[in-house]
Amino acid sequence: MIQNNPIGRLIAHFVLILGIVVVAFPIYYTFVASTQTLQEIIRPPLSLLPGGHFWENYSSALFGGVGRIGGVGVDRLLWNTVVMALGIAIGKIIISLLSAYAIVFFRFPGRMFFFWLIFITLMLPVEVRILPTYKVMVDLGLIDTYTGLTLPLMASATATLLFRQFFMTIPGELVEAARVDGAGPWRFFKDILLPLSKTNIAALFVILFIYGWTQYLWPLLMTNRNDMSTIVVGLRKMISFADADTEWHLVMVTCILAILPPILVVVLMQRWFVRGLVETEK
Amino acid sequence: MASSNNVTFPNKLLPYLLLAPQLAITLIFFYWPASQAIYQSVLREDPFGLSTQFVGLGNFRRVISDPNYLNSLQVTIVFSVATTLIAMTIALLLAVMADKVIRGKNIYRTLLIWPYAVAPAIAGMLWLFLFNPSMGTLAYLARSAGYNWDPLLNGNQAMVLVVSAAAWKQISYNFLFFVAGLQSIPKSLIEAAAIDGAGENKRFWTIVFPLLAPTTFFLLVVNTVYAFFDTFGIIHAVTGGGPGKATETLVYKVYNDGFVNLILGDSAAQSVILMIIVIALTAIQFRYVERKVHYG
Amino acid sequence: MASVELTNIRKVYGGGVEAVKGINIAIDDGALCVLVGPSGCGKSTLLRMIAGLETITEGVLKIENSVVNDLGPAERDIAMVFQNYALYPHMKVYDNMAYGLRNRGMPKGEIDKRVREAAQTLELGHLLERRPRELSGGQRQRVAMGRAIVRNPKVFLFDEPLSNLDAKLRGQMRVEIKNLQRQLGVTSVYVTHDQLEAMTLADILVVMNGGVVEQIGAPLDIYEKPASTFVASFIGAPPMNLVHVTANSAGLLLKDGTHIGAEGLAIPAEGAQIGFRPEDLEVVAGSQQHIGGLLLDLTVRGVEPVGAESYVYGDIGGDKVVVRVAGRSVVEPGDHLRVIVPKEKLHLFDAKGKRI
Repeated sequence: MIQNNPIGRLIAHFVLILGIVVVAFPIYYTFVASTQTLQEIIRPPLSLLPGGHFWENYSSALFGGVGRIGGVGVDRLLWNTVVMALGIAIGKIIISLLSAYAIVFFRFPGRMFFFWLIFITLMLPVEVRILPTYKVMVDLGLIDTYTGLTLPLMASATATLLFRQFFMTIPGELVEAARVDGAGPWRFFKDILLPLSKTNIAALFVILFIYGWTQYLWPLLMTNRNDMSTIVVGLRKMISFADADTEWHLVMVTCILAILPPILVVVLMQRWFVRGLVETEK
Repeated sequence: MASSNNVTFPNKLLPYLLLAPQLAITLIFFYWPASQAIYQSVLREDPFGLSTQFVGLGNFRRVISDPNYLNSLQVTIVFSVATTLIAMTIALLLAVMADKVIRGKNIYRTLLIWPYAVAPAIAGMLWLFLFNPSMGTLAYLARSAGYNWDPLLNGNQAMVLVVSAAAWKQISYNFLFFVAGLQSIPKSLIEAAAIDGAGENKRFWTIVFPLLAPTTFFLLVVNTVYAFFDTFGIIHAVTGGGPGKATETLVYKVYNDGFVNLILGDSAAQSVILMIIVIALTAIQFRYVERKVHYG
Repeated sequence: MASVELTNIRKVYGGGVEAVKGINIAIDDGALCVLVGPSGCGKSTLLRMIAGLETITEGVLKIENSVVNDLGPAERDIAMVFQNYALYPHMKVYDNMAYGLRNRGMPKGEIDKRVREAAQTLELGHLLERRPRELSGGQRQRVAMGRAIVRNPKVFLFDEPLSNLDAKLRGQMRVEIKNLQRQLGVTSVYVTHDQLEAMTLADILVVMNGGVVEQIGAPLDIYEKPASTFVASFIGAPPMNLVHVTANSAGLLLKDGTHIGAEGLAIPAEGAQIGFRPEDLEVVAGSQQHIGGLLLDLTVRGVEPVGAESYVYGDIGGDKVVVRVAGRSVVEPGDHLRVIVPKEKLHLFDAKGKRI
């Protein structure tokens, strides 16, 4: 290791701190705003330090019945978002585990055809084919349902490819040993493959949870009723710069509530998340 | 000799059952709509929706010759290039610095990855809150300094705002990959360069940066895809494509034409063009993946 | 415990590659059969067919007199020790050994008894709560053995189990495996490419090459009477020396045209190879005549002292040979030696390499 000079290291710390200020400032400032009164927020400049209305604002946003969006409480929106994020993450993991298992550990006619059928979906984000997908959803009666919010986003090649890649690193001998030990496909999956995939599953869970939580266009289109909306979409509906009635202090609280859960998931599960992200490369 | 590739279970029916859920979802929610998009893109509906007519590539021709579409294409390119460049440069700078420090590496990382968890739409709102002319503190400061700041009226300023929000959100992602890329460069190479008399700056540009090329290239593609598609939320939440279509990106226009203006044929044709762009980008990325396989 | 019988076993892969070309082997109850050969000779494929991990294209495989061709690996009552051990990385040693028994629905108490017995036999008692990655190579090897033993199967299968160990440990484990197999009396099939391992372990040695059996027999019989030049040069270290000869009216000719005395050897018209082991050569002094042996001139090319003995490398009539000499060797590269091979130590192979 080459010795850095202390000045260079000092500059590095300085640049990093500056970077953190840039990166964290918008979030921090929103938090600051969420602890102020409405009057303080709409008369800039806003103080750099949190105000004294934390409990007041948060309790009225969560329980006070004000800050409702089209008559729907923040708690309901948060719940919808949790359902969507968890549904997508868990559903995707299960579906991808199964299909990757089939592709790696079985030989059957059409195997490569199916693999490519799935692989091609890697290429097209929802945004690209949004209108026809919307029509399918209408025809199937899935608008304003949890199924509509989650199911269509569960099939994606990304997770399948990750599991496939990982499964292919499992030594063939291990499969053979399991077969000699009397384990059929199901036992092998349950006793050996799943425990070995733990880290991958955890990493993918974080990535997919974030993916589900941060969806915007999809819930925007798939929900007409406000009580089926997610917090991200609901927040957008709360904001109106033209409207003098916007309760900005409660908007800020909602904003913090909308970004806190995914940030907690990322920070607390950082170890797996970073490994998973860099390994899956998307 | 046994290789993991030929070790399998002999079941016949089971693999199809395992694949069924994913295939069903993929067919219903992917292939069916995608084929609908292609089908729609060659049809034209009359304004009352009473009859449809086959128009071949007519919709495509109309779309491509539409000045609004060309404007939108230009907006998308400016937006993508600016976002990608800013997000990657800042991330690389931070990653190089993080590689230098010995103490506090993990704390820095923890504090720098937050924006990854923030939804693009919310990222847009956070920045709008800081910069909106009526109550944004930073907008207030800019105006106090005599700068005429109003992104809701000035198209260029609106672009600056959405690019900032989009780049801000992507810094974390790029940072993590650059850090991983830097860590994978063998220390011995850098030591050899030091012995060869290369100073710190020279070492970076002649050894580190070229060896980072695979990571950089990968991120370039990912960031471009991100700027093209994932930033719908930012545009929708911050500017709604305005003022005067100054920030109307291609994805936003597909949405706008399809859901707001209800011009189905044009919207479908635009979808198909976008699909072609994504496939091209993925193909480029795939070549990179292949290369990576070759060089280990 | 059971006999294993292979009749005309063939393996043809999808692409038409014939990996195993009709093999017949009968292994008696309790015997240790070693399949040896260079890599790609089909020995591993054959073992995996016995295990049920590869399908048998043609032929009949019997374990304990019943045909098992169509049974899965778990139904054949075999246990296998893999080259890379194939221990389940997320399970403790105890669970690794118990897994196969649990899958068979054995009562807990019985499983526990068997695992602890096997652990005692293999001196693994103190490691039962560890995970594979916390074990040394030798310990992992023992766990793999233990997993086979607890099953108390009809047949043990070993797929190059020692190839990942260092030389010293390999020697120790070889002895242990042999003793264990004797003690348990379980019929075993053991695959290796190491001829020393093969010689020391085998009750029956099967030398394979190119998908066919070159020779089957007791190890020492094979050593003393190799059926072909392939076996002769594969079994024994250093391998048997082979010198090409042709006959003409004047006597015998070596590769480079040197004449040698015929000594009553019947050489076929198309030529032959004379084989002799490195330890069967004797250096003779001066021009002294010897009856009952083949006299040859050897040019020394190099000497390798290994301690108790030395290997003298050189050539005889254009063929490379090795001579094993006790203790220190006094010869130098470039020296010319006269050596003699006693007639009863000569092996004669025809032009195709078959023993005459």
